[in-house]
Amino acid sequence: MHELAVCEAIAETVRGRAAGRSPARIQVRIGYLRQVVPDSLLFSWELLTADTDLEHCKLDIEHVPAVVACRICGNRTTLELPILVCGSCGTADVELVTGDEFDLASFDVVAT
Amino acid sequence: MGRFHAHPDGTVHEHDHEREGSPSSHDVGDHRGYEATGTARVEILERILSENDRIAASNRQDFAQAGVVSVNLMSSPGAGKTTLLKRTLAQIGETRRVGILEGDIATSIDADQLAGFGAAAVSLVNTSAGFGGECHLDAIMVRSGLGRLPLGELDLLIIENVGNLVCPAEFDVGQHAKAMVYAVTEGEEKPLKYPVMFRAVDAVVVNKIDLLPYLDFDLDLFLANLKAVNPTATVIQVSARNGAGIDDWCGWLLDQSPTGP
Repeated sequence: MHELAVCEAIAETVRGRAAGRSPARIQVRIGYLRQVVPDSLLFSWELLTADTDLEHCKLDIEHVPAVVACRICGNRTTLELPILVCGSCGTADVELVTGDEFDLASFDVVAT
Repeated sequence: MGRFHAHPDGTVHEHDHEREGSPSSHDVGDHRGYEATGTARVEILERILSENDRIAASNRQDFAQAGVVSVNLMSSPGAGKTTLLKRTLAQIGETRRVGILEGDIATSIDADQLAGFGAAAVSLVNTSAGFGGECHLDAIMVRSGLGRLPLGELDLLIIENVGNLVCPAEFDVGQHAKAMVYAVTEGEEKPLKYPVMFRAVDAVVVNKIDLLPYLDFDLDLFLANLKAVNPTATVIQVSARNGAGIDDWCGWLLDQSPTGP
């Protein structure tokens, strides 16, 4: 439900950086451990940008898998559930490597 | 919808490519092909909510300067935040000056209740502006509510977030510590279903324990699920209804510091 607020934040930042240019696509990176529903984000984006300067600007969502590194055995595990344990030795003494991303990476403008 | 593809660094993403000029750029996850189609890429690389985070940092600084500890209190609707706050005010309201910033989609029902329970000051932020009501408090809403609070006269500010287990977890409001109220009537699996919230908090207040004899609730299973997603959270078992465990909760609250994380 907060996807609309997320879209507002994206639009505001991109408008500020675009400085009058026309953004055609925006790239966002969202980690598996974030509670953002991609379809909902795309729907909110369409709703928010309809009849605005960003109406034809697309949102590209990059899903970043959750990967933990084990502090005991050193192995890396890609998580299928949001449970932070090592897939090799089972310890919870792990460090999150990726999966927490909630980033506005870049946007593309039509070159003039 | 679009297609998934993998990049060499292991990330996978999905989007449609109907506007893209070079099909090969899709195969290798290399987007330099955009140049050929007459577009240029502008790198940003900041958190989507960076503007919120900046205002949250200002809030945090204002709290610290005023010597006020701020705690962001979250939960699903009906877990017992407001009842817990009434107990909290009854317990520490005479020795500490407690302010409440109350976030609700609509109505002042909770704020009105708390004002009569010994809170030094209550500020209500209705989030109903926009599309039918925001489901969370963000740093800007909290900042707008601070104007109605005498921060310099407070010791503790409790920010009672909108009842919701999803959205409030994503927004830093400038608190020094985050706690959530979880009621044993909600089921053992909630930490696994709402990992962002359960991972985000420093303390989990397990409420309504007076109901345990009447429920099929498996407390050990819940605690194991909680530990799986958040091994370091402080767990405080309470009954806001009969007052059990309120000492522990108030002890945790008073242990928080404005210079802490």
